[in-house]
Amino acid sequence: MTDAAYSSPMGKVDSPFSRLMSGTTGPVIVVVAVIVAVWYIAAALLNAPAQRDAFQRAGQTDVTLAEFVVATYAQERPVLPAPHQVAAEIWATTAEKAITSKRSLIYHSGITLSSTLLGFVLGTALGIGLAILVVHSRVLDKSLMPWVISSQTIPILAIAPMIIVVLNAINVTGLWPKALISTYLSFFPVTVGMVKGLRSPEIIQLDLMKTYSASGFQTLLMLRLPSAMPYLFASMKVAVAASLVGAIVGELPTGAVAGLGARLLSGSYYGQTVQIWSALIVAAVLAASLVTIVSIAERVVLRRMGMAR
Amino acid sequence: MTSASLTLSARGVAGTQRFLAYAITIAALFALPLASHADGPVVAGMSQLLLGAALLAGIGLLIGFGVQGGRLLDLMLLAVSGVTAILLLRFVAAYPGTVKGGFWALVVALWLSSWLFVERLSAWDVTDRAAKRAIGLAIPLLFGVWVLVLWELLVTGFGVPKILLPAPSDIGLRFASSIPTLWADFRQTFLKAVLIGYAIGCGAGFVTAILVDKVDFLRRGLLPIGNLVSALPIIGIAPIMVMWFGFDWPSKAAVVIIMTFFPMLVNTVTGLASADRIQHDLMRTYAANYWQTLVKMRLPMALPFIFNALKINSTLALIGAIVAEFFGTPIVGMGFRISTEVGRLNVDMVWAEIAVAALAGSAFYGLVTLLERVFTFWHPSVRG
Repeated sequence: MTDAAYSSPMGKVDSPFSRLMSGTTGPVIVVVAVIVAVWYIAAALLNAPAQRDAFQRAGQTDVTLAEFVVATYAQERPVLPAPHQVAAEIWATTAEKAITSKRSLIYHSGITLSSTLLGFVLGTALGIGLAILVVHSRVLDKSLMPWVISSQTIPILAIAPMIIVVLNAINVTGLWPKALISTYLSFFPVTVGMVKGLRSPEIIQLDLMKTYSASGFQTLLMLRLPSAMPYLFASMKVAVAASLVGAIVGELPTGAVAGLGARLLSGSYYGQTVQIWSALIVAAVLAASLVTIVSIAERVVLRRMGMAR
Repeated sequence: MTSASLTLSARGVAGTQRFLAYAITIAALFALPLASHADGPVVAGMSQLLLGAALLAGIGLLIGFGVQGGRLLDLMLLAVSGVTAILLLRFVAAYPGTVKGGFWALVVALWLSSWLFVERLSAWDVTDRAAKRAIGLAIPLLFGVWVLVLWELLVTGFGVPKILLPAPSDIGLRFASSIPTLWADFRQTFLKAVLIGYAIGCGAGFVTAILVDKVDFLRRGLLPIGNLVSALPIIGIAPIMVMWFGFDWPSKAAVVIIMTFFPMLVNTVTGLASADRIQHDLMRTYAANYWQTLVKMRLPMALPFIFNALKINSTLALIGAIVAEFFGTPIVGMGFRISTEVGRLNVDMVWAEIAVAALAGSAFYGLVTLLERVFTFWHPSVRG
């Protein structure tokens, strides 16, 4: 495969296959295939010791290599589950379970997603509001902004358990504490990006607004906010991913009640590796789809505003 | 003062500043009936507080009427605010949870006066570069100190239970009294898991990037995946790593390695591609081979990108190690301490641990930034 891609000289790309390989789609497919293959090999190797013990205990000594490898892919609690085991688990816990069931991954994803989205919306609104204040107040710009920037160097996630437990102590439970952590994580990138974006209009454009005798509010609405849109979407992509991480970590200290984080935690308590991996994959899919949705919104909005690159 | 500063303050007193100055006076005057509101016949420290209120009211009037005091007046404002803050802190420590309306009026006056000071300080017309930098540093520092003072006043003044939010002084005391524990946690989490994981993760990402860069096919295939992985909640891998590598620091280092690998890979590959066609051509005219081009042109060109990844990773590494400890540790470590002390409702200890994490995180980041300045002194963003 790789040979074919290399031996076809540039300029003579004719066949659909070599065209595929000269773009990004082909190489990505190949890399993913390699990753899956490595995963299978690693699963066989990592699960082998336990499987050898199992066969020895069962008194089976004459197993062929093929039988042995197949057996390593069918353990109940493998060290590393094979991809198809994870896929089967995901299928079983999404499509074959009722959505209301506590074993349904869709149910848990929904819980995580709701606090992610609530936190993301709050965090984005807060970030935009703070950025507008910072751009219009010199005191806030000089006193608050350095802290906003340096706060990104602090492992904010460490305070997640405290927020959850403390809010539990005053009877705030469920969605809000988790959403608060997501808010906190998603608001910094939006603030920093929006401050940059609101300052992105050039002096000459601001001067033009002045010659129109536009008020500060009109300048904000008609010049600053529109020109900040590309920055807003770029930081929203970071923020939505951070928000999901916040929601998942926020589910850890409540003691495995519900949500993807709780699935991870209960999986690690009971050694259910397949459950951990399926929660992990679902979380990854969720993150990828959230970022994709923001990217699509970005493309649509920027195209309608005539700013598409 | 010089005529320059006089004209400046004459211009600056307009608008916001005048409003703030009058607001200080009004708030400070509200604080004067403080005495009648206090419990008991004679309260120690009351007369001092009243003096502070009177001083604040006076200086507010001075600035409000547009008295030309120049920088001397600003420094007086700072001194009066500082003294009042100390008096307020001492008062609230003596009567926690029982302070009344007049006290809060003085707190508001203090808030307004700090605001006014920063407003005036940022209008100072300094040309000296060092002085400019000092002011740029002083303003956020003042803000930080003010947040701590307000936190202390509010928490002690309203008698907020320590379980909800301890006062900064409580956290400071706890910090000072449990330094051995904090140091042991720091050594376990930061010096072992974070530093080792960071070094291996960044190193592996860097080497992989050089290999990937050499093979164009891999570059096209790996970059989109690397970008995707950067957005994923990789931290979820922590329980698996704890299962594989046990409870001690190697499992945390493994999480850190995986978290830091991809940002480094993506950034280095992007950086290596940042050299222009014309620069490549120049190296060709020098008859430079691949390695010479790499070491003498492309790697230096990639340094800003590499340092960007190193900075991102310095935060990610600490987060990864702390969160991984939530899934199981020996009985030492920053994440372990946070989760267990939260369970025992020792919230001040949690805050002390968070202070350690914040200090370590900022110091780590600062160190990387310093190295960046040393190594990429030629880059426009550093030259300023």
